[in-house]
Amino acid sequence: MNGAALQPLTFWLLLLFGVTAPLLFPAYTNQIAVLWLMIVFASTWDILGGQMGYNSLGNIFFFGAGMYVSAVVQIGLFYDVGLYTSGARTIHIAFSPEQYFIGFVLGIAAAGLVSAALAVAVGWIVFGLRGPYFAIGTLGVAVAGAELMASWEWVGAASGISMPVFPGGPEAQKLFFYLLLFGLAFALLLFLRWLYSTNFGLAINAIRDDEEKAEAMGLHTRRYKRTAWVISAFFLGIAGAIFGNMTGFIEPRDIAFPTTTFNIFMVLMVLLGGKGTLWGPVVGAVVFHLIKEFTWTYFLGWQFVTLGLLIVIIVVYFQQGIVGWILEKYPERFGVKVAPKEPRSIDGQLAAQPEGAE
Amino acid sequence: MDQVIGNISVLMTAPIFNFGLLIDGLLIGSIFALAAYGLALVWGVMNVKNLAQGDFIMIGGYLTWCLGRLGIHPLFGVPVAIVVLWVIGWVLYRTVISKVITRDLFTSLLATFGIAIVIQQGLNLTFGPDTQSAQAQLPTWEFAGGLITVTATRVIGFIFAAILAVAVILFMKNSRMGQAIRATAQDARAARVLGIDTEKVYSFTFCLNAAICGAAGALVAVVWNVQPFMGTTYSIRLFVIVTAAGFGNLPGVIAAGFGMGVFEQFGGFVLGAQFQQALIVLLLLFVLAVRQLQQLKVRQAVQ
Repeated sequence: MNGAALQPLTFWLLLLFGVTAPLLFPAYTNQIAVLWLMIVFASTWDILGGQMGYNSLGNIFFFGAGMYVSAVVQIGLFYDVGLYTSGARTIHIAFSPEQYFIGFVLGIAAAGLVSAALAVAVGWIVFGLRGPYFAIGTLGVAVAGAELMASWEWVGAASGISMPVFPGGPEAQKLFFYLLLFGLAFALLLFLRWLYSTNFGLAINAIRDDEEKAEAMGLHTRRYKRTAWVISAFFLGIAGAIFGNMTGFIEPRDIAFPTTTFNIFMVLMVLLGGKGTLWGPVVGAVVFHLIKEFTWTYFLGWQFVTLGLLIVIIVVYFQQGIVGWILEKYPERFGVKVAPKEPRSIDGQLAAQPEGAE
Repeated sequence: MDQVIGNISVLMTAPIFNFGLLIDGLLIGSIFALAAYGLALVWGVMNVKNLAQGDFIMIGGYLTWCLGRLGIHPLFGVPVAIVVLWVIGWVLYRTVISKVITRDLFTSLLATFGIAIVIQQGLNLTFGPDTQSAQAQLPTWEFAGGLITVTATRVIGFIFAAILAVAVILFMKNSRMGQAIRATAQDARAARVLGIDTEKVYSFTFCLNAAICGAAGALVAVVWNVQPFMGTTYSIRLFVIVTAAGFGNLPGVIAAGFGMGVFEQFGGFVLGAQFQQALIVLLLLFVLAVRQLQQLKVRQAVQ
């Protein structure tokens, strides 16, 4: 069985699991919904981090931006946002079902588009930066986003916004958001599968391998980098809008722009699963989510210490990731043609030389 | 907004306040400069960007605070913090840093970020999330009819930072190990060929950096205050300083440290203390953008 035949089957299995999971494990619907969110996080991070070689520490910025944009649209369509946030403690405002769904759909659309537009703007600042400067610069963008929102009274400042309440019972609500997140993750994976098979995929891989050379070959690297970042931001913005409505309450530092939780989870999941592959981030997200739920349940209080240790261990000792490791071990099962031993070892030497020469 | 304009007009009408802020900024900036020097050292010698720098400072600060609670004068925290952080630095070097030096930069960045989270949360679990400050019970001096106040702790902090900085610089210039460190920074391979044990140099450099941070942290606890999550802010601050100055440029690092202190004092006065972190982050983005524009002049890219 080769890679081309494996993929559609995996998609069918994923679809089957996605649709039946809430029926099979009704008690865990929310956890599995968050798992789909994690898959979206990991896969969108991998567009830049794995496929393009630009390790961003600020992708969460678009998640938070999408969340706030959708909140402002959903509330602003029917009420004054400033009054709504300042009166959140004293008056209770109810949204009719019609208002809710119109606001929700428009909010999601706006979240995706505004996040994409922000990506163009931010990309203009950060894409001249290379390597660790890029990582620090994007981290700065994310922290700046959190600080800005935390001091902006109009959107509730540090005390956040209560989102409109879902019209319908808690069970319907769970299922609704579950299906949305699953749909988003599934659509994203299909889209990425197509994207990585196009010339665009080849171009961003070329940027990863050697940006100078790619430029010399006539690729407009900036344009490619910006487009990749916009795609990533678009999906993250939508994810943010859905998740904001799912939690029902948004707040700048811990929910919208959580630089030390979701933001770092993205990177970890991709590293754990295997960078630069379509399924690596998915596998990483599943394994990481299981580990996370386990430590959050049994080591409560110490969960962040465990998280930090996990980061160090994965980064230092296991960076090729699960899928990377399997690919290395059994390449022929994935339709990867293994070159005969001799040229490979020469390749290895050639690749190793510049490092040694440094 | 009105408040901001009001604050600016206060500075315009009473220039003496500017002077007070300037002095405060310079006194605090000396501590930034000290810790930034440590970051520049590790960055230049080992090519590791230590994101746990600010959290080392917090460990030093909490040690001093503990000593203060035990009734020991907090200024004795400086030597204690130096020793303890040296040991912590050595352990971290053995377990983590030595394995990421040869890898790509993002690896070391993430690994130190992981260390930062462990330290942050460890401090949070041990000491709680409250802001703490070591009380040194030293006088406050007033000048210009009470318009300028200078606390003795800040002056002492400045003197300590200056002594430590001079000691480290003399050490780097004159001692055998200092020469080995500088040689390794210039060309690790050549240094190895000439018989320098670079592994030992790396280990020593990282420990020295941790110790410098410990000392800076002890001073921070006395002069200012410590809180488990403030480490990140310090890391970003130091990163701004070193990025702005360039890591091979020692006088630049010190000048940028002072500049950072002054900038923060003025920014905090004009906008209010709650914008402090936002200001630092914006400054980071600004410095990175400027650097990028500088590079664009050198490098003509396809657009």
